[in-house]
Amino acid sequence: MLKISVEKIDELFKAIAEKQTLYIPTDREDGASEYKKYEDGMKLSGNLNTLRSAKDFFFPQTENLADFKMEGKKIEVIDIREEAEDFVVFGVRACDARSFTILDKVFLSDPVDSYYKNRRDHGTIVTMACTKPAETCFCQTFGIDPTEPEGDVACWSDGESIFFKANTEKGQAFVDSVSGLLEDGDTTKLDETKAKTKEIMGKLPLANLSTEAFGGDKLMEHFKSEKWAELSESCLGCGTCTFVCPTCQCYDIKDFNTGNGIKRFRCWDSCMYSDFTKMAHGNIRNSQLERFRQRFMHKLVYFPSNNNGEFGCVGCGRCMSKCPISMNIVKVMKALEVK
Amino acid sequence: MNAIDTLIPHIGVVTDIRQDTPDVKTFRVNAIQPDGTASGKVFEHMPGQCAMLSIPGVGEGMFSITSSPTNNEFMEFSIKKCGCLTSWLHAMEVGQQITIRGPYGNNFPVETELKGKDLLFIAGGIGLAPLRSVINYVRDNRENYGDVQIIYGSRSKDDLVDYQEIINEWEADPNIQVNLTIDREQEGWDGHVGFVPNYVKELNPSLSKTVLICGPPIMIKFTLAGLKELGFTETQVYTTMELRMKCAVGKCGRCNIGDKYVCKDGPVFRFDQLDELPDEY
Ligand SMILES: Cc1cc2nc3c(=O)[nH]c(=O)nc-3n(C[C@H](O)[C@H](O)[C@H](O)COP(=O)(O)OP(=O)(O)OC[C@H]3O[C@@H](n4cnc5c(N)ncnc54)[C@H](O)[C@@H]3O)c2cc1C
Ligand code: SF4
Ligand code: SF4
Ligand code: FES
Repeated sequence: MLKISVEKIDELFKAIAEKQTLYIPTDREDGASEYKKYEDGMKLSGNLNTLRSAKDFFFPQTENLADFKMEGKKIEVIDIREEAEDFVVFGVRACDARSFTILDKVFLSDPVDSYYKNRRDHGTIVTMACTKPAETCFCQTFGIDPTEPEGDVACWSDGESIFFKANTEKGQAFVDSVSGLLEDGDTTKLDETKAKTKEIMGKLPLANLSTEAFGGDKLMEHFKSEKWAELSESCLGCGTCTFVCPTCQCYDIKDFNTGNGIKRFRCWDSCMYSDFTKMAHGNIRNSQLERFRQRFMHKLVYFPSNNNGEFGCVGCGRCMSKCPISMNIVKVMKALEVK
Repeated sequence: MNAIDTLIPHIGVVTDIRQDTPDVKTFRVNAIQPDGTASGKVFEHMPGQCAMLSIPGVGEGMFSITSSPTNNEFMEFSIKKCGCLTSWLHAMEVGQQITIRGPYGNNFPVETELKGKDLLFIAGGIGLAPLRSVINYVRDNRENYGDVQIIYGSRSKDDLVDYQEIINEWEADPNIQVNLTIDREQEGWDGHVGFVPNYVKELNPSLSKTVLICGPPIMIKFTLAGLKELGFTETQVYTTMELRMKCAVGKCGRCNIGDKYVCKDGPVFRFDQLDELPDEY
């Protein structure tokens, strides 16, 4: 398999960054890891569990949809869309890579969202197999193998070298473009690394979490569950869980008057917010219980109902580590699976 | 990149405004032709489908296309003033341009399930807007349908939307039975007085009819209960749902009832379909 030695990774990044924008996970001062645009000297973080996911590059928190010019009674629509520039997101975990399968089902289904598609067409996702799964990880619950990540290009590290395998045409083009830096390598040690990771996976606290109790056919059963009251009791409705989630896709559309024309924006929204469904004649989800239930029903029941059983969660664990009251999808699943 | 995106709207121009009731105006909208003149429709639709209208900088809102698809000259929207965007729309003058995108949602099954059926339309207030499109579609394809009866009620005579069309065209049509009602006695009104759900029960319509109901949630609730008492089943009653919307294409995550998006899978539902969903509406 093609590989590069770990010492030469900076050379590889430089070579990529010369041709297109490259984002890599890098350590912040406070120890968390975060995607940043690569610049010379930047170091790849050893922690791929980034604060925010790679979703941001394809479905940004805010984006301009269209501009309008108003003159008297006349309106002019200005199509501000431009072909995106090629970019590479390096070091995406297997769970985060799977989130694109879910987002694609939403944004690439008819009618195609051209804003998202534009970035999908131009972005190359280079994944990296996990070697240090965290206690909050439960990707395997959703059938994801963190040692065999998807993505345009999959990478593995055995501590000494990084190995590359192209999965798509775009991925092959990427590998070809840096092939001068790659050499053929032996995977014996890599196979050991994978086996070790699998062993850790088997011992993770959430290794036995199952989706069996969930899916589209359990709609009324779970909707009517009495457990929601206790589960949602302390939820602050802060929306953190939705913002860090790689599969959450709710958005709002808002106009902004610049004084020199109108800009229409799309921005992330959250079903956890009280005004999300507010209407002239009332609100269909008046209590935090209803809003909390919506978030988890969507991921565990509604989404699979509409997508051949595929769940709307990839087990990345972000909502577990970031919720201020330590509520999360795992607690919800554990509570609901007990009849 | 895709040449078109449904989120980027077309431009329409308001060519006529009718004050229907104290808080409802009906707007005629035309497309702008390449030579700059206003004529025709911005797009085709089926009865029950909606469009997103907007004044950039003010906001965007979903509205039923109240004109019939058989009308090739223009599109119409009956809009109730209730907030920021709708107040702005009410302040418009003829010639004002607006943005418009659509058509969105499913439609009343006029070419399938409703074909050949006796039809009973029941509307309350602004709820006439989506039904008016079906009624005029049925009138223009009269041979495809059986009996047609319309029961329509509002707070007062002044609150009956499209009153002129109702008395001049629908009531004058020998093939249609029209029953109007208002909530309270009013000078100059010698028609029926009373709430829609009660009036429906009094009229005791034949069980052969397929029913289409639109109106305030409370009216729908009581009317459905009344129909069931009369012996109607949920499989013969249709309605439209109204939830907060932004994208109108099932992507912004805002308008779901259980696993159905009202903007995409609705707004038209048969009551037995709603039975299988959580009552979050
Ligand atoms: C499928 C569908 C069809 C509709 N058809 C018609 C119609 O034919 N005629 C008509 O007059 N109205 C119709 N409506 C309602 C109309 O969309 C809202 O009344 C309008 O968007 C309110 O905008 P506003 O800016 O004036 O109100 P706002 O200033 O935004 O707010 C007033 C209130 O309306 C609520 N609101 C905002 N957007 C919506 C919305 N999309 N739906 C419901 N409430 C909303 C706000 O939360 C607030 O409580 C329809 C709505 C839907 C979903
Ligand atoms: S719900 Fe939580 S664990 Fe699942 S994908 Fe979203 S943030 Fe990750
Ligand atoms: S579950 Fe936690 S993170 Fe999500 S809205 Fe509630 S308090 Fe915030
Ligand atoms: S309005 Fe966006 S999902 Fe229905």
